[in-house]
Parts: sequence; structure tokens; C-alpha cells
Amino acid sequence: MDYLNKLGETFFNWKVIGEVLPSMFAVGLPNTLVLAVVSGIIGTALGMVLALMGIARNPVARWIARIYTDVFRGLPAILTILVIGLGFGPIVREMTGVTSPYPMGIAALSLISSAYIGEIFRSGIQSVDKGQLEASRALGFGYGPSMRLIVVPQGVRRVLPALVNQFIALIKESSLVFTLGLLASERELFQIGQDAAARSGNLSGYVAAGIFYLAMTIPLTHFVNWIDARLRTGRAQSRAEKKEPDDAAAVVGKGAHV
Amino acid sequence: MTHFASGSLEAKDVHLAFGSNKVLRGIDLKVAAGTTASVIGPSGSGKSTLLRVMNRLIEPDAGDILLDGKSVLKDNPDELRRRIGMVFQQFNLFPHKSVGENVAFALRKLRKLPKEQARAEALEQLDLVGLRHKADVRPATLSGGQQQRVAIARALAMKPEVMFFDEATSALDPELVKGILALMADLAKGGMTMVVVTHEMGFSRNVSDNVTFMDAGVVVESGPPEQVFSDPRTDRLKGFLSDVL
Repeated sequence: MDYLNKLGETFFNWKVIGEVLPSMFAVGLPNTLVLAVVSGIIGTALGMVLALMGIARNPVARWIARIYTDVFRGLPAILTILVIGLGFGPIVREMTGVTSPYPMGIAALSLISSAYIGEIFRSGIQSVDKGQLEASRALGFGYGPSMRLIVVPQGVRRVLPALVNQFIALIKESSLVFTLGLLASERELFQIGQDAAARSGNLSGYVAAGIFYLAMTIPLTHFVNWIDARLRTGRAQSRAEKKEPDDAAAVVGKGAHV
Repeated sequence: MTHFASGSLEAKDVHLAFGSNKVLRGIDLKVAAGTTASVIGPSGSGKSTLLRVMNRLIEPDAGDILLDGKSVLKDNPDELRRRIGMVFQQFNLFPHKSVGENVAFALRKLRKLPKEQARAEALEQLDLVGLRHKADVRPATLSGGQQQRVAIARALAMKPEVMFFDEATSALDPELVKGILALMADLAKGGMTMVVVTHEMGFSRNVSDNVTFMDAGVVVESGPPEQVFSDPRTDRLKGFLSDVL
């Protein structure tokens, strides 16, 4: 029983957790959200550019997208964040006077997530039947508008679950920004948990941080499942007696990533 | 069926190769305004490719395409394709848009009609193919025959001068084929210029004004249906007809 008490004390020291909660809400949560949301938006935009380059007719564009994706998917996130943060941080500081590591942290997270998101989008777009592009062009739409108005929206819809999974990964990876050294006001959830752990010699701070992460990621996981089910059954309603013709392709598109 | 302001279409000595694979080897095809030309031939003979070259979904390597007597190879291909409606074997409706929006979409985006007017014109077109009541459902809930009707309505909504049909009934269940062929025959009677790539010899024989038999990227025989079907001159056409009839 002694061990159990000890473990309980180590992980669930309510005093430590209670002390750390205010700063988690006031500082950690907003900072983590800023990191994840901003790099999620940039990563999605950049990912779309990469996806379109990846399927472009121009071989140079395809190669650039390929190499970029291979590099940023192939490196450990912590290495990318450190190299970009410590390498470019000082230059940015000199040029702009900004001392916060956030811009570089966000840049690194955006670069990493765009490589994954680019592949997600590319597979989605490529899973759209060729006849869609052909039909759109036969109506008189150019290649660009056909992609933008007809093909890409269908492709993106199919990979929404994989995209949300990527956002979940991003929320978790945002914790790695702590390696760049954060001021008290810049701390995100993980750093606050770590500080509390260091101060109290007790791991309950990490547990508190973990609960915050789970509070964000578990709802998102269920959101993924919900979208997934909705896509599978064809937009709720029992209207569809028949399977949508793109169902099979959608499953293939997702299977590659989930 | 209403009458159409349709134009003539001509392909002159059209060549196309994918690498070393010569798909079209000097095709001539002349379709007078308001007439229906059907193109028959074995799979891989280049029939579908010919359609795509004539609306420049694929650019020909050599030769000329004339619409209303004027070469269109220097025109903007997007604008050319607005003048030529195309119906596909697999329908190719936009699955994420309602039936009505499938028809109205190009009207809004390309003909720049206001939303209500595009919708009204779309409903009118759907009415012509008997599917006005399906305007708000998604294409996936329709039968193949209904989907193909929507595809025809979508093409007609752009008020094309010529209509292309690329094996429009090949993906349909047998009992649905008749309905689509009847609709196509109506269009032909209405004076639409049509090029119909088909395996339906009955349609080719009874509805078209001219039949072209293609094989291996060349036109082997061409003429009025009575002549092509009753009096084939080449062994290749004789062989093809005895295989399919």
C-alpha cells in the first residue's frame, strides 16, 4: 500500500495541481493554442501549395514539393524546431528586435505540419476521379478554375479526418517549443507542467498538463470519427439508397494516412 | 424539343500521337449544321479521342478543327468548349453538388448569370429531361439513366452549338438505355448538331444522318447509314458489323 500511496502522491498531488491550474489557464493554454492554431493555419495553406505543386505538370515544381516533403517528414520534430529556432532566432532578433521564440517556433511547426498536410491533400486530390476534371473542362472551365472549384473541394472533403489527425499531432508537438527557452509569460502547457514538477519535486505538474492536452485532443479524435462516419454514410439522412461513387476512393485516400 | 442554334463542325486531317502510339492518323469528319453524325468502331479505334481532340480537351498534333466554317485552333480553348456540350459514359456529375447546382454551376460561373436566374434556367433544362423534381437531391441518389439525363441537361444549359456524346449509354443498365437514346433522338430531331460515339447500332442506323466507321486511328468508311450498314465496302467494316450485329 505504501507504494500505491507513493505513486498517488507522485502523480496526483492535488496541492501541486491546484497551484499550477491558474497559470495553466491564464498562460499555458492560450500559448499552446496560439502555437497550434497559427501553425495549423499556415501549415494548411502551405500544405495546399505543396499538394498543388506535387501534382503540377511542371516537373521542377513537383521535385521541389517532393524534396521538401521528404526532408520535413523525415526529420524528428525536435531537431527541426531546435535548428530553426536556434539558427534563425538570433538573426530575426537582430533584424526585428523580437526576442520571443514564438515566431521561429511557429515557423518550424508550420514547416513540419505542411509536409504532412501537403501529402494528405495531394492524396485526396488525386483520389478524385479524372472524369471530374474532364467534365468541368468540357463545360468551359480552365484547368485552374476546374481544380479550384470542382476537384480540390472534393479531394479536401475526403481527407478531412486525416487533416484533423494532423491538427491533433500539432497540438502535441507544440510542446517541443519549450526547447527554445521560454520567458515566464511565454510558457505553454508543457513548460508550466515541467516548471511545477521541478519546483515541487513531484510529477503532478506533468499530469495537470497532460489533462489539458487530453481535454483538447480527445474531443478532436471523436470529431474525426464523427466526420468519418458522416462521409461514409453520405451526409447524414437516409436519402442515399445508393453508395456514392466516390466512397471507395475516399476510404483508400484516408487509409493511406490514418 | 426546342430548336437549337447549332453550327457545323469539321475535322480536317487530324493527327495525334501519345509518344510512339499514333492514336489518330489523319481523320476527316464533316458534320453539317443540324445533323447527327455517329462514329462507330472497335474499342481503341480512337473514337473517344477524336471527340476530345475536336473540343480540344486534347490538342491535336496536326490538322484543323472548324466550327461554323472557322478554324478554332487559335481560339481560347475554354471558350471553344463552352460552345460544345459533352456527355460522358460515366456521367461525371459533380457528386458534392445538388442536381440543380450541377446544371446551374457553369451558368453562374461562366455565363455569369445571377443566382436566381441560373437556378431558373437550370430548372427549365431539368424540366426538359423530366427531372425538375430532383433538383435538390444529390446525383448519387439517382439511377444511372437519371444521372445521364442530368448530364445532358447540364451540357444543354450552356446553349451549345454542337453536342458530343461519348458512349453515353454504355454504362447504363439495359432497361435504361432506351430512354437516353430517345432523348438523344429528340435532340437530333430538334436540329442539334451532334457527334455520337456509340456502340448502339440501332441508334446509329435510325437516327444519324451520317455514319463514320473508325479503326486503328483512321476513318475506314463513312456515309449515310443505309449505305454503311447495308452495303459495307471494306472487309474491316464487314467484320465489325458481323461481330456487333
